[in-house]
Amino acid sequence: MILNMLIAGFGGQGVLFMGKVAAYTAMVEEKNVSWLPSYGPEMRGGTANCSVCIDDEPIGCPLVLEPETLVVLNAPSYDKFVDAVQPGGKIFIDSALISAKCTRTDIEAHYIPCTQMAKDEGLDGLANIIMLGKVLKETGFTTYEVLCEAMKKCVPAKKAHLLDANLKAIKLGYEYQE
Amino acid sequence: MAEKFLMKGNEALAEAAIRSGCRHFFGYPITPQTEVAAYMAKRMPKIGGTYLQAESEIAAINMVLGCASTGARAMTSSSSPGISLKGEGISYIIGSDLPCLIINVMRGGPGLGGIQPSQADYWQATKAPGHGDGQILVFAPASVQEIVNLVGKAYDLAETYRMPAMLLADGMLGQMMEPVEFPDTEPVVHEKPWALTGTKGERKPNIVNSLYLQPKELEDTVKARFERYAAVQEKEVMIEEYQMEDAEFAVCAYGAMARIVKTAVVKARAQGIKAGLLRPITLWPFPVKEIGSYGHKVKSMLCVEMSMGQMVDDVRLAVNGACPVSFFGRTGGVIPSPAEVLAEIEKMAGGAK
Repeated sequence: MILNMLIAGFGGQGVLFMGKVAAYTAMVEEKNVSWLPSYGPEMRGGTANCSVCIDDEPIGCPLVLEPETLVVLNAPSYDKFVDAVQPGGKIFIDSALISAKCTRTDIEAHYIPCTQMAKDEGLDGLANIIMLGKVLKETGFTTYEVLCEAMKKCVPAKKAHLLDANLKAIKLGYEYQE
Repeated sequence: MAEKFLMKGNEALAEAAIRSGCRHFFGYPITPQTEVAAYMAKRMPKIGGTYLQAESEIAAINMVLGCASTGARAMTSSSSPGISLKGEGISYIIGSDLPCLIINVMRGGPGLGGIQPSQADYWQATKAPGHGDGQILVFAPASVQEIVNLVGKAYDLAETYRMPAMLLADGMLGQMMEPVEFPDTEPVVHEKPWALTGTKGERKPNIVNSLYLQPKELEDTVKARFERYAAVQEKEVMIEEYQMEDAEFAVCAYGAMARIVKTAVVKARAQGIKAGLLRPITLWPFPVKEIGSYGHKVKSMLCVEMSMGQMVDDVRLAVNGACPVSFFGRTGGVIPSPAEVLAEIEKMAGGAK
């Protein structure tokens, strides 16, 4: 599978949008893709999560229970999902919000202070996209150009003024050195 | 090739209905199908259609009855508890021989239950959508693309046989996004000499009714309807058979559950277990002959559902004792994982060796 990702955080952190941009890269490259959000009470302030699968083959189960790639944007999500990551998989942690250090030795942990970076760069609310840039860099699930192309498809015409900020956020995450 | 869109199942469903000629939507909001109504609310006014949020599910289904009696393509959409409320109206629509499209994006039950995906309304859809002798067409898509493909088919067959059609999905299919394309084909147009369109003084009035106080008259009406049901069962069955050519173990599943089973079947094959998938696409008419034909070919069958076991009854009837049929399911909104299903396939294969 090209991408088997679970993204988890609080409602409002852009968990679903981050997944959507990742999913659109498969539309650009004409691959199979599924995007499945959690829905219900967790959308109203609690934890939200989103499964994204990209593959050359048709997608079977769209629900990612054992992710190859896990993105956690808050501490409860880290606690809940860290043990579910497949051995050999990768975990991406917003270290500005999560103080925990991953003790598992069979997965690769990446710490990115996305929320702090977004604040410092005047990109409030785009910590999720900074994270997506880093996920791209470390997993290579698509190319940088395709991700930017996908972002253009996801930003609606009436919010076109936000496109540059989003592209900047991708670059920031992509170039971040741990 | 047509343009591909990344759409939620619920939204694709609504768009497909519009493209199939539906111009009248009557609904009442309920999770997890609310995007159907939201999409209709946005689109219908722009294309001269009707979007009407009724005061209740009961009102909505009766509006469908009225609308369908004029020959227009009408639709309502809900989720499990809401469908129960529509039961009376569905029975009246059956009894009035009217075509329409009913959507059930299933959630856990009984009662208010939960809002997560479920398949616990199989019995309701296929055995007793309302009171009385009667059936409705029931389609069970397994992907967003198949939702789109089946909506047009559902209207076509509903009008051919003058009976309601239901699209039985679940919260997972409704909420997930997948790439989808919409076929360019024009909707099939059916003559409707029975429709209430005004006589203009040129013909005898049509009557749409489900009340027959003379038992013999009612019996004759019901029997005539069952002749049409027999034709549906003969001609309109749809099933997907996956890896069944040399299968020793068959797994039966429908809808979103079948995708998870497919993943498990692939894994089982990789371990050398000759597993296959039987996926009914029409739940009524049920693929009795098709599934029955494997009774003597496979060592055993497993039915997997997001319920305590409902379709498994029909699988057992189809197989008629020719091979053992076991069941695995999770319910209440819990979705079985591919690993759980694989473990059940291994158990079945181990036990049969």
